[in-house]
Amino acid sequence: MSSVSNNKIIKWVDDRLPIISMMQHSAVEYPTPKNLSYWWNFGSLAGLVLVIMILSGLFLAMNYAANTGLAFLSVERIMRDVNYGWLIRYIHANGASMFFIVVYLHIVRGFYYGSYKPPREILWWLGLIIMLVMMGTAFMGYVLPWGQMSFWGATVITNLFSAIPLVGEHIVTWLWGGFSVDNPTLNRFFALHFLLPFVLVGIVVLHVWALHTVKSNNPLGIDMKGPQDSLPFHPYYTVKDLFGVGVFMMFFMAFVFWAPNFLGHPDNYIPANPMVTPAHIVPEWYFLPFYAILRAVPDKLGGVLLMFGAIVILAAMPWLDTSKVRSCTFRPIYKWFVMLFIADCVLLGYIGGKPAEEPYILIGQFATAWYFIHLLIVTPLVGWLEKPRPLPESISAAVTKKEAV
Amino acid sequence: MADTANPAHGATDGETRRDFLLYASSAVGVVGAGLALWPFIHSMNPAADTLALASTEVDLSPVAEGQAITVMWRGKPVFVRHRTADEISAARAVDVAGLRDPQKDEDRVKKPEWLVTVGVCTHLGCIPLGQKAADPRGDFGGWFCPCHGSHYDTSGRIRKGPAPLNLHVPEYAFLNDKTVKIG
Amino acid sequence: MRKFLIAAFAAVGFSAIASAPVMASGGTETLLEKQAWTWQGVFGHYDKPQLRRGLQVYREVCAACHSLNLVRYRNLMEIGLTEEEVKAYAAQFEYQDGFDDAGEPKIRPGLPADALKAPFPNEKAARAANGGALPPDLSLMAKARPNGPDYLYTLLTAYRDPPAGFHLMDGMSYNPAFPGNQIGMPQMIFDETVTYADGASNERHAISRDVVAFLNWAAEPELEARKSLGLKVMLFLAVFTALFYALKRQIWKRVEH
Repeated sequence: MSSVSNNKIIKWVDDRLPIISMMQHSAVEYPTPKNLSYWWNFGSLAGLVLVIMILSGLFLAMNYAANTGLAFLSVERIMRDVNYGWLIRYIHANGASMFFIVVYLHIVRGFYYGSYKPPREILWWLGLIIMLVMMGTAFMGYVLPWGQMSFWGATVITNLFSAIPLVGEHIVTWLWGGFSVDNPTLNRFFALHFLLPFVLVGIVVLHVWALHTVKSNNPLGIDMKGPQDSLPFHPYYTVKDLFGVGVFMMFFMAFVFWAPNFLGHPDNYIPANPMVTPAHIVPEWYFLPFYAILRAVPDKLGGVLLMFGAIVILAAMPWLDTSKVRSCTFRPIYKWFVMLFIADCVLLGYIGGKPAEEPYILIGQFATAWYFIHLLIVTPLVGWLEKPRPLPESISAAVTKKEAV
Repeated sequence: MADTANPAHGATDGETRRDFLLYASSAVGVVGAGLALWPFIHSMNPAADTLALASTEVDLSPVAEGQAITVMWRGKPVFVRHRTADEISAARAVDVAGLRDPQKDEDRVKKPEWLVTVGVCTHLGCIPLGQKAADPRGDFGGWFCPCHGSHYDTSGRIRKGPAPLNLHVPEYAFLNDKTVKIG
Repeated sequence: MRKFLIAAFAAVGFSAIASAPVMASGGTETLLEKQAWTWQGVFGHYDKPQLRRGLQVYREVCAACHSLNLVRYRNLMEIGLTEEEVKAYAAQFEYQDGFDDAGEPKIRPGLPADALKAPFPNEKAARAANGGALPPDLSLMAKARPNGPDYLYTLLTAYRDPPAGFHLMDGMSYNPAFPGNQIGMPQMIFDETVTYADGASNERHAISRDVVAFLNWAAEPELEARKSLGLKVMLFLAVFTALFYALKRQIWKRVEH
């Protein structure tokens, strides 16, 4: 291994634990395609939000009481009495939404530019696992303030498992640690909510490891062929990422300081009451598309299966997409289908927030159908039938051509 | 940029500008990260409700001369001792100049017969013995900390052992002859 | 791709709007009269005299039935009461604090650190005194309803006779702002219900606005600190972003990309 520094101490450490050369390798020298657009900023932003969530969550945990009698009051004490408690809580509450915004955009980018295609299948899977763990973490975190939406959200979501034949009821009782969502449920959700972010960190490390093994995709979707196609990560992408951090933080902080409850729900400022269900239960916005799929099926087990299926099926994207071309830039037909698919997901999100009545049910069913039709039928068919536009010879050739124009 | 027409000149100029931007943005980034940490650190300081904790009122009427009571204030024990005339004179006879933490007994009490101190050893925070009749009171008739052997006198001053300071006297006031308000 | 980005942000926006609650429909009306409040907007702040008037309304009208459990007497210093006023207010009420040496509950006058005294000792007592209805705690009311302040203002001012054919249950009042339009609380705020020392209008709409302002402060006491810190943070981030944008351009200048 080449020496990382002339400094004797650094060299001494690095000869025994090559942590410095590893960082040098992965955060400084890492050859990155020179043509990445701002769509490639969302990965580092997701990492930043994870750090912010762990930090703010840690300090909230220092003041939070995971007990049904105290939880709501302890959160209000954080809001009113703890120094900067309101800031830390609003950062954490809005940070959850920011995390999903950033990760969903990150996924959309992967979708459009074919980042799931070989050799990035495991990278893609790790990403999906991150999303699933995030969802579980966010759900359990939302239960902790022990407001009305916390309680009834927990009740409804845990009841999904009762759809499992034979053992469903036992599983739900086991999840609750009782016969309803109650103190044992709150306690275990807190414990898991504290643990899972660190699990996330572990999976993120694998995600980045896989990324650095197969290298970043790029808007052209073609591989780097040599040093003329790439740039060292530092300073080119560190500075670009930091600029992105500035823009993103302004967006994030606008919510924290001026609309801290915009993404939340007023009912969660009412303490949990097991005897009264709020008139209109909705999950947090980031679950709405999945909630719409759940409700589109007039069968309990079917709805649950379809909802989980909607995520699981994404793992098959590397094979469902039969095209030889990665990037939609060169796929004149599929490109529009991808945009339609994303619009469909947005529509599902809209439907998920509406009451379960016509015409929303029917629209939701069509949108759900299209979700699966797109993935299972359109994607493979278009991949076979479509004639992609010619790919450029190399990244640098394409870049030079663009500059000339 | 306007002067890219002259490449050589442009390059030097660019380097300077780049250096300036690099230092300026790094400095702003570091300062920002530092400032952002403050709310988190400050959140661990006592919260408003802790700071506003009610003061404690103590009824002294049942405490006979020579007896002591311990009351809870801000989560800590406070020693209130009804001192005998002997204890008072012993406390006042001491040559203050020779003490580790020089303080006159007169400066430590509001009424000579009542000594009010926080009952926490100034060494490492144990609670000294000496409140009950059967407790050891150390070599100076006050309190004795069993953890590391600090001896306090009848004014709660450190006389022997590792503790650096006298027992702390909290803020208190006599509301009347028989009631004291601590805090 | 730019269009795509816009679409994606619109997606987020839509989802957020979609998560906003939808009023139940079914033959009842939903009245909401939007008001201009001093604390709205980027530089929003509370009007302290208004908050104190609102406190007076709460004490003289609302406090007979509604608790304000999350507000402590000491907090009232934030809206301009003096320490003496706060102590005097607290001392009017009795609180149980521990037990005396005989094991009997010890009663003492209120202190600034206590929560405002609730009108009823527990939920059962509150229901018993109000014909089975529970007057809710008001501490978070301004945040616990959609469009909280506007909703509260409308609720307080919109009492009227029920439309023909509306079946009003015994002991209930008609209120078009309330979901279902039947509310257990009768109209409490009329012209001259209170008399203000500062000579401000005590017309019923003005009184309602004052008490809503106070309740919004009770729900969001951090609001002023929040917005003023926000401005500083935004200023900092603007500088940060501009510097890194300039640095990014500088570094990328000689690279084809």
